[in-house]
Amino acid sequence: MPAIFSLDPLFLGDAGNLEILAIVLAKVVIAFAGLMVSVMLMVWWERKFISDLQNRIGPNRAGPFGILQTLADGIKLFFKEDLIPDQSDRFVFKLAPYLSLVPAFLVFAVVPIGGDFSNGGDGLISVFGNDTYVQLADPHIGILFVLAMSSIAVYGIMLAGWSSGSKYPLLGSVRASAQMVSYEAALGLALVAVLLKTGSLSTTTIVREQAGEGPEFLGLFPMPDWNVIVLGVVPFIIFFIATTAELNRPPFDLVEAEQEIVGGFHTEYSSIRFALFFLAEFMNVVTMSAVMVTLFFGGPAGPDLGVLPAALWGFVWFFAKLFVFLCLFIGLRGTLPRLRYDQLMDLGWKLLIPLALGWVLFLATLDVFSDRGWTSGGERLVVTGVFLAAMLVFAGLLMVAISNGKKARERDGEEVFG
Amino acid sequence: MEAIVFFVSAAIILAGGLGVIVLRNPVHAALSLVATLFGVAVLFIDMEAYFLAAVQVIVYAGAIVVLFLFVIMLVGVDKAEDIYAEPIIKQRQFAALAAAGMLILVALVGVAFAGDVTGQPSNEDMTISRAIENPDGTTTPAETSNINQLAEALFTDYVFAFEITALLLTIAVVGAVVLARRPKGDLQPLPDVEPSWALRKPRAVTPTEATDPSAGDDADQDPDETTVDQAATDGAETDEAKA
Repeated sequence: MPAIFSLDPLFLGDAGNLEILAIVLAKVVIAFAGLMVSVMLMVWWERKFISDLQNRIGPNRAGPFGILQTLADGIKLFFKEDLIPDQSDRFVFKLAPYLSLVPAFLVFAVVPIGGDFSNGGDGLISVFGNDTYVQLADPHIGILFVLAMSSIAVYGIMLAGWSSGSKYPLLGSVRASAQMVSYEAALGLALVAVLLKTGSLSTTTIVREQAGEGPEFLGLFPMPDWNVIVLGVVPFIIFFIATTAELNRPPFDLVEAEQEIVGGFHTEYSSIRFALFFLAEFMNVVTMSAVMVTLFFGGPAGPDLGVLPAALWGFVWFFAKLFVFLCLFIGLRGTLPRLRYDQLMDLGWKLLIPLALGWVLFLATLDVFSDRGWTSGGERLVVTGVFLAAMLVFAGLLMVAISNGKKARERDGEEVFG
Repeated sequence: MEAIVFFVSAAIILAGGLGVIVLRNPVHAALSLVATLFGVAVLFIDMEAYFLAAVQVIVYAGAIVVLFLFVIMLVGVDKAEDIYAEPIIKQRQFAALAAAGMLILVALVGVAFAGDVTGQPSNEDMTISRAIENPDGTTTPAETSNINQLAEALFTDYVFAFEITALLLTIAVVGAVVLARRPKGDLQPLPDVEPSWALRKPRAVTPTEATDPSAGDDADQDPDETTVDQAATDGAETDEAKA
């Protein structure tokens, strides 16, 4: 079996082809089922949690605490009439929901969801004597696969809006694609910071590098070696904001701003096709949260606290971290008002991208200086000081340029917001 | 295994390529182009050029064709009938002639350099890293992927070319912004000069443009002067006004 598939030792050991096939199939089923169940629970939990924030009860009829509500909604959507608008491009109209669902599924394939990383473990588990990672695939391009899939996800939304053959969906999809293409840049630059530190694209390696103990907190106790701490919090915040925009989640949900453009790109969709978009949206929230956990919060890495077997603690830590992120997304939806479109674009292009670029330069500078052996506290302080001064100058120039542009547009009689 | 992957992806590439020129609807043609690019990405993976495959999908499928679609949708040529306009007379015949000529040329080159048409493989340690085969039959995964080698080449031997390319792209972006800027004051209509080669004038307003609401919003402006994002915000503003 050639190694073109991935870095997983499963393909390099002496396991027979049939054995490999069985293990990979089992992984596919587990990843698929796990994702579906977590999406189902996520939809329910989002409705429950946001009801709590808004002082109401939320779904409470189907099953205990209404936990089966998503299932009931799914069955309802299945049996609704499937409408295809007269003006639509029928082939593309039918294709679009799958184009947004498939990338959402595929991203989950490269996320390590378990494995024993405690005490220098390498995250391998043994299945019938074959060592393998607890993730569907560990391709050579690793995290770039996530970027590739998130750039493919634009197609589903864009084509859905266009093929509907109506005005509001087209406006929604144009908004969506402009937004997603813009924030992809900030997303990629925040990712570069992680790759600078890890030196590898493989998600397993990224997690392994974060296992163990990191810098001390004020000399009192060691903090975990998570990228969010080691890289400074800035890349994580940029990645988080860019992800929220990429997912079209509130406060960046201008794509489906119902006061302005009805339902946005899926206005004309009904029945199961609408359900597929809905599913893809929530699936994207779960998978991108999982990617953030992997990149910045050590993924399944965490201490082995006993009681359970060591291999199971990986799952526990991973899902605990994932849950925190899901709650964070719901909290944002419950508390923040929607941005205006020009504010959205300003935030992406004029703040996040320059900041991400500057931070990557900073980390690279520190890297070069530690390569030269200038690692003492004083030297680092000097580097940081000089760097911060330079960055402040650049930031000032950028601000001056932006405000000059605004003034010029105002002088020309254009309406300028913000 | 590699042969199977090659034939499947080659079939996808050819089908996509044919679709680009055969399909009447520009959006369908752009989607065929995406299929072609994906096939090429799979071929790259088959040849262990993982990074190129990722870049192929991220840059070409994820950004460039998205921009194509953007323009197609906003300019309003997204209906099949517009393709019948023939700005250069007899262009179809010329295209067929050129295609035949290219085919003959490729065939000649193929005969002349039989078996060696793709050129010399570059330096072995610069190309792809292979898994190391141990004496006992097992293999160890290659430690450094070709990404590291690619990066090393880009930032040492070819750093000058790399930076110059970056500068060129920046200049192109600045140029595009300058061209797309609206001049001060009221918009002037473009001078109505007939190009000498346009013997048959294309229709000024196609039926789709007349009925397309998003194109109608900008009817008071010169469509050539409206940039992509301006058109988007203009549309959104008029919608709010109507609501």
